[in-house]
Amino acid sequence: MSLIVDIKKRYSGFTLDVSFEMEKMPLGILGASGSGKSMTLKCIAGIITPDEGRIEVDGRVLYDSKARINLRPQVRRVGYLLQNHALFPNMTVEKNIAEALDGPNREKGARIEQLLHRFELDGLGKRYPSQLSGGQQQRVAVARVLASEPDVLLLDEPFSALDAYLKESLQLDMKNRLEDFDGYAVMVTHDREEVYKLCPSLMLLEHGQVDNFGLTADLFKQPGTVAAARLTGCKNLSRATKKDDLTVFAEDWNLTLKTADAVPDDLTHIGVRAHAFKATNEDSVINMVTFDIRSAIETPFEWNILIQPDKGQGAEPIWWMLTKESQVFEKPAYLTVAPEDVLLLTGGNNTT
Amino acid sequence: MDISAILISLRTAVLSIVITFFLGVLAAWGVVSMRRERVRAVVDGILTLPMVLPPTVAGFFLLYIFGVNRPVGKMLIEWFGIRVVFNWTATVIAAVVISFPLMYRSARGAFEQVDPDLIYAARTIGMSEWRIFWRVIMPMALPGVASGGILAFGRGLGEFGATAMIAGNIAGQTRTLPLAVYSAVAGGDMEGAYAYVAILVGISFIIVVSMNVLTAKERRGVRPKNRK
Repeated sequence: MSLIVDIKKRYSGFTLDVSFEMEKMPLGILGASGSGKSMTLKCIAGIITPDEGRIEVDGRVLYDSKARINLRPQVRRVGYLLQNHALFPNMTVEKNIAEALDGPNREKGARIEQLLHRFELDGLGKRYPSQLSGGQQQRVAVARVLASEPDVLLLDEPFSALDAYLKESLQLDMKNRLEDFDGYAVMVTHDREEVYKLCPSLMLLEHGQVDNFGLTADLFKQPGTVAAARLTGCKNLSRATKKDDLTVFAEDWNLTLKTADAVPDDLTHIGVRAHAFKATNEDSVINMVTFDIRSAIETPFEWNILIQPDKGQGAEPIWWMLTKESQVFEKPAYLTVAPEDVLLLTGGNNTT
Repeated sequence: MDISAILISLRTAVLSIVITFFLGVLAAWGVVSMRRERVRAVVDGILTLPMVLPPTVAGFFLLYIFGVNRPVGKMLIEWFGIRVVFNWTATVIAAVVISFPLMYRSARGAFEQVDPDLIYAARTIGMSEWRIFWRVIMPMALPGVASGGILAFGRGLGEFGATAMIAGNIAGQTRTLPLAVYSAVAGGDMEGAYAYVAILVGISFIIVVSMNVLTAKERRGVRPKNRK
C-alpha cells in the first residue's frame, strides 16, 4: 500500500525527473522556486501530463505512459489544495462544497452541515468566499477537497497567502487534519519551518531532481548534501577537504575542524548552522575560532552576527546566531563549534 | 422616412446577434481549449480576418461563395429552394460574418482571464468539463462575454459594405438603416437622412453606455448578490 510516482517531463532548459514511493505519512517537498515542486503535484493531479512514467495509488494506476493510461483529473481521486484556495467566487460556501459531493441532492444538505461543523464553519454556509477571513477561506477549501473523498491530498504552499499571525494557528489546525486524513498527503513548500512542523517525511527537490528523501528530523540533522544543507536553512557553507578520518579543512574559512563522524572520501563541503557556534572565553576548547565582528543585526529575540574568522586573512564571513540573554552584546574571546555540529556534505561540485 | 428600413435593420441585428453570440462563444471556447500553439494561431487568424478585411472584400468573398452560379449557392437553390444573395437572408449573413470576430475575440479574452486555478480545482473535485464551463467559466467570464455581445450587436446594426455587396440595396427587402442613410443622401433627401442618422446615433449611444456599465462591473469583479 503506497503512492508510487515515477515521472519525467522535459521542457526547454528544464527537465523534471522525479521518482519516489511513500506511505501514509505526510510528505513534504521542499525546494527553491523553479525546482519543479508544483509541477510534480500538477502531474499527480492530472493537470499536467508527464512525457513518460507511472503514477500509482494502492495499486490503482493513474498514469502509465507504456500502457497508455492517463486518467482524467475528475476520476483520479486526488485532491488538490491550491495556494489561493481557488474557491468559486460566484458560489456560496455551501454550493462550493456541494460541487465536490456525489449523490442525490437531498443527501447533500446533511453532509454539507456535517462538513461545516467539522471545519468550524457553522452558520457561514450562505456566505460568499469574499465575505470570509483568510483562515475561514482555507477551511472551506480543505472542506471542499475532503468532501470529494480523495485518496491523495496535495497541498501547494497552503500558508503562503496568509498573514503571519494567522499562520501559526492554521498550521496547528492543518497538522491535526493531516493526522486524521486516511490517505497520502503531499505538501509542497519553500518554508523549512512549515515542513518541519507538518511533515514527518521529507523530499528535497533541486533543479527538477530528487536530491534527498528521508525522515524530516534526520534530514535536518544530517543533510548529507550541499543542496539539502542549503534547503534546510544552513547559512554557512564552505568548500572543504578531508585531512584525516575525523578532521576537515574548511578552505573558505581557513579553519581546521574536528568532526564527530568519519569524514567521507567524496566530501566537497562542510556546513555549520548559525546557532551551532557557541561563545567561550577559554582558550583550550576544541574547534576554536578566533574572529572579528563585521556587522550585526538585532531581532527581538536574537542577534544575527556576521563574523570574519581568523583575523581576516581573506576568509569568507560566517553567520553566527545568538539567542539574546541580555540587551547588551559583548564580544566573547572565541567561538567554538561541537564536532557533531560540523555537517559533512557531498555533491557540492554539481550545484555550485 | 421609410419605416421598413428600421424594421429590417432591427430584425437583421437581432437574429444575427443570436447567431453570432453562440458561434462566437463556441469558437472562443474551442480556441481557448486548443493545446497546439501553432494550430491555435492559425485558427485565431482565420476567425479574426473579417474584422481586419475591408467589408466590401468580405462581401466579395460571400458573393463568391453564395452566388447563384457558385457550388454552395447552387446547392442551396436546387436542394432547399433558398436563394441567399440579394435577399433578406443575405443581410443576416453579412452581419454575422462581420460582427463575429468582435464577439469571438471578446469572449476569448474573457475566457482567458478566468483564473486557471479555479478550473484545476473544479476538475480535481470531480466536476465535469461541461459543468465547469457553465457553473464556473461562464459566470466568471460573463461581463466580458456580454460586452462582446453588445459590441457585436452594434457592429451588426451598422453593417454597410458587405451587406451592399451580397444583399444589395432593395427598398423594403434588404435596405437596412446604414444603406437607407446612403440612399437618402445620394437621392438628395437630407430630411430623411437626418431621421435615420438620429435613430442610429441613439442606439449607438445606448450601446456605449451599456458597455461602460459592464466594464465597470467587470473591474469590480463578481459581487455577491446578498450581502449580510
